[in-house]
Amino acid sequence: MTTVTRREEIGRVLQQHGALMVLGVLIVVGTLAFDSFATVGNAASVVVSSSFLAVVAIGMTFVIIGGGIDLSVGSLFVLGGVLAAAGSRYGFAAALLLPLAVCGLVGLVQGLIIARTGLAPFIVTLAGLLGVRGLMLAISDEGATTYLVSDPAFAALGQGELLGLTYPVYVTIVLVLAAMVLLQRTGFGQNVYAIGGNEQAAALMGVPVTRTKVLVYLMSGLLAGLAGALNAARLSSGVTILGIGMELDAIAAVVIGGTLLTGGAGGVTGTVAGVLLLGVIQSLINQVGNLTSSFQQVVSGAFLALVVVAQRLLSKAQRLN
Amino acid sequence: MTRWIRDYGVYAAVLALLVFNVLFTPYFLDAANFRTQLVQVSPIVIISLGMALVIGTKGIDLSVGSVMALAAALTALYLGYGAAVALVVALIGGAVAGAAGGTLVAYVGIQPIVATLALLVGVRGLANVLVPQLVEFRNPDLIALGSSSLFGVPLIVIIAAALTLVVAFLVRRTTFGRQVVAIGGNRAASELSGLPVKRVLVLVYVISGLLAALAGVLATARLQASDPTSLGMFIELSAITAVVVGGTPLSGGRIRVASTVMGALLMQLLSATLIKHNLPQSWTQMVQAVIILAAVYVTRERVKR
Amino acid sequence: MKRTEPLLEARGITKRFPGVVALDDVHLALGAGEVHALVGENGAGKSTLIKVFTGVYQPDGGELRYNGAPAGFASPLEAQRAGISTIYQEVNLVPMMSVARNLLLGREPRGRLGVIDTARLYGHARAVLRGFGLDTDVRRPLRSLGVGAQQMVALARAVSVDAKVVIMDEPTSSLEPREVETLFGVIGRLRESGIAVIYVSHRLDELYRVCDNVTVLRDGRVAHTGPLADLNRLKLISLMLGRDLAEVKSGGLTRFNRDQGAVDGTPVVEARGLTRRHVLSDVTVSVRPGEVVGLGGLLGAGRTETAKAIVGALPLDGGQVLVAGAPLPRGGTKAAISAGVSMLPEDRKAEGIIPGLSVRDNIALAALPSLARAGVVSDSRIDRVVEIFMRRLRIKASSPHQVVSELSGGNQQKVLLARWLAVRPKVLLLDEPTRGIDVGAKAEVQALIDELAGEGLGVLLISSDLEELVEGADRILVLREGAVVGELSGENVTEAKIMAAIAERAHD
Repeated sequence: MTTVTRREEIGRVLQQHGALMVLGVLIVVGTLAFDSFATVGNAASVVVSSSFLAVVAIGMTFVIIGGGIDLSVGSLFVLGGVLAAAGSRYGFAAALLLPLAVCGLVGLVQGLIIARTGLAPFIVTLAGLLGVRGLMLAISDEGATTYLVSDPAFAALGQGELLGLTYPVYVTIVLVLAAMVLLQRTGFGQNVYAIGGNEQAAALMGVPVTRTKVLVYLMSGLLAGLAGALNAARLSSGVTILGIGMELDAIAAVVIGGTLLTGGAGGVTGTVAGVLLLGVIQSLINQVGNLTSSFQQVVSGAFLALVVVAQRLLSKAQRLN
Repeated sequence: MTRWIRDYGVYAAVLALLVFNVLFTPYFLDAANFRTQLVQVSPIVIISLGMALVIGTKGIDLSVGSVMALAAALTALYLGYGAAVALVVALIGGAVAGAAGGTLVAYVGIQPIVATLALLVGVRGLANVLVPQLVEFRNPDLIALGSSSLFGVPLIVIIAAALTLVVAFLVRRTTFGRQVVAIGGNRAASELSGLPVKRVLVLVYVISGLLAALAGVLATARLQASDPTSLGMFIELSAITAVVVGGTPLSGGRIRVASTVMGALLMQLLSATLIKHNLPQSWTQMVQAVIILAAVYVTRERVKR
Repeated sequence: MKRTEPLLEARGITKRFPGVVALDDVHLALGAGEVHALVGENGAGKSTLIKVFTGVYQPDGGELRYNGAPAGFASPLEAQRAGISTIYQEVNLVPMMSVARNLLLGREPRGRLGVIDTARLYGHARAVLRGFGLDTDVRRPLRSLGVGAQQMVALARAVSVDAKVVIMDEPTSSLEPREVETLFGVIGRLRESGIAVIYVSHRLDELYRVCDNVTVLRDGRVAHTGPLADLNRLKLISLMLGRDLAEVKSGGLTRFNRDQGAVDGTPVVEARGLTRRHVLSDVTVSVRPGEVVGLGGLLGAGRTETAKAIVGALPLDGGQVLVAGAPLPRGGTKAAISAGVSMLPEDRKAEGIIPGLSVRDNIALAALPSLARAGVVSDSRIDRVVEIFMRRLRIKASSPHQVVSELSGGNQQKVLLARWLAVRPKVLLLDEPTRGIDVGAKAEVQALIDELAGEGLGVLLISSDLEELVEGADRILVLREGAVVGELSGENVTEAKIMAAIAERAHD
């Protein structure tokens, strides 16, 4: 009755650690094929450039495990950057708090609409994507104004280095650890899994569905805003184009990392592996040289399709059991 | 009341905007302005038609913008063999992309939003790999496709109008169209009634891919350049907006072809109006966001019990 | 246990839904340590009553008393907090979460900093489940367990939240015999510790084994309540089905009046040895042209499943279906439909009508390919077919273009019948064709079945209305727990014989 077939076990391991395994293989291949791949400099650059996506993807992981989706994070990322740069004129605190407050508010409102009206998360956050982009353009004079980060302390937050890695990398590591604890070891985390796995049952089991949903979108908004702010600090300016379409990368990283897009299963570790995998693919493509960077999109698109098909087949096999 | 808004709201809104513009916008009734507006909206209309079919089955197709880019890339690659060959290859490319998405949805059972998201990412990348940078061209046939007119009406507009009629006919008068609506309305009942559910689903995504590819070729012809990097970026949002604003519910089972076209026109008029009155692009997007939310709220499936 | 103030009591509960009275002045008293059977056929009001007890529905009249005081639960959660737990027929847990986390969701043991202490979580879960005869790796996802084990986890969760009342809705429907024994052991322990159980099941053997008292619901009213030991099986069944043994009428109330003579000829459809784990075991049915074959049995006996298996809407572990001697390919209903075998499903809303489409489009749906040329539908041909059937079946709609969901239940049912008649079937499988429709429509549908059989159509009729079954069918197969337990024909087609076949002990 409780015996588990070997195939099922393999499936489970693949689902949870597939991204990590592929990551390992790619690193080995890259090391053997390119002299300049396995260098400290290259590794650091992959990690540094991945950290912003990682922060956004953490929030997305919670949203997707909870059975939703958040398309607004790309726009929020850009908005966060613009607000941080604009806010830096009034000091460090304003540079950090302004984007958090505004992006958090957007997430909160989206969460409330989704939880209260029952509208599809996809469409609500799609409206969010557009609305937030509009807001960002309005603040930046239709993208014509690029605010420069004028607070040196804030710029240092994005550019300062410790042991060869910039501060945002450490911020990301702390956030990843916190998110892991939150997801696995707190009632809130359990509630997120429960509503994503079976919302009706969760409600019957006493999970505060509405509150959990609102919190999840609030978190996603906050993290996207924070990532944008850190990115602005790194670039010393609130760039209005970078980050558009980032929601897709975030979703891809989460799904590649083994989180089910239908909700209810997955984790932050997988997401981190997914983010790094995307980064390493990009780096490998750069190494090849004559391939354009858009090749990365082909690979991640194909990989994404492969992962969801595999997930689907696995869950089919398990249900038949 | 909400029912009236759902069914006729989009017409009333278009009418209201027209009246407003006639009264307050200088040169609005100018033929050139009218033509510009219609030419601009045509690709969105063409794509929205496919999107309406997909949404009618309770699905969604996020890949249309990338398919446009793929069509642009294929057009550039095969233009050497003549415009007709390039057009056909581009359409085949669109159909193949659609078939891939449809197969994932119908046979593998992946949610439409995920299946077409993978395509969105992958197909855009493929287009960029095929044609890495903007390619200008001077093929007279293709340029004619983009800029010629018939009785003063731009060819693109005529094509969009003709396709609207074709899709409306498809929905109302063909077995396929009725089956699409039935599957979106109640898949279990459709299966018990012996409808070829999976085949119809694949076909719907193929049609969406074909229409997106056609829109891509037309847009390329008008630009006189193939630009896979940015062509069609975010057009899936405009198409979904047009369909939803036209009163087609995201929950499927209902397809409103004429209203979808009106939805596209409404968004176009809105943006034109705001621009003409010196309100920036940012406003358009924020207003658009509010309209989308309002539209899905009005067309949402009532919670039973 | 001494009878004092009941623990949970329904006093004259009434619940109305648009057009129906689901519960009409229902009384039920449940004492501490009592195991109370709640029985009744589909639509009798069992699930509505359970939903009133658990706070899903608010009663329109009457009073709910709990612990000797008036009570009203605004939500299932509130009822649960008050100590009323429910185990649903379908496991209502989160399949992808681990067993332990499902068991203790919301009550996880905390360690330092308020963080969940996983070691204690798993230890505690293991200990609890061992008490339910479940020795499993509690870290595995719930769905990796068998359905029976999942049901046990649900039971353990329901009981371990300090429940005073546990409502079990068909708890054994997916359990293996060994698991059923464990369940009965658990129920025994609950009884000893003074917990009351409401036990809903159609398996008579089980009822008699574990239940003290019984309440029989029929058409929203209490048909009987009292100690179960005072009722024999036949009496219990007759109460459930609403037929008094002493005065079974000789007919005349339904609209069936065809000569029920022997029907000759070779079967048009023949199902052999249909088997599916937990659902059907070796069911063999055949229908000849012009013959009405009835399927009798209680709810959950496998009648609907038999029909679904025949049209290919239910995957099988074994068996085959022959139409006119040729085996039907499995997988999907299309093959059956084109061979002339169609099914009218019981659940009109979920499996029948396409709610947003018009009456016309709903009728034409299955026949579309034959009403079209080169894929273009012919409006005039559709209109003709629709008109014929709307007139013949007397479908009352403001026009063929009226949206079908606005029609009454009876007219929706006629629309579905028309959908199937439009494809000119050889055999129609009718699953509860007159359930939930008004008396007039019911008579019309019955007359139509007669008429169609007279024209040579084979009919498989599923009905919980014994009178309908007896008067409508030429031959009746009685099903129990997924197997054929009796075949009645000729003068043996009587209500008493059907009930006797259902009541027979399963293991004698």
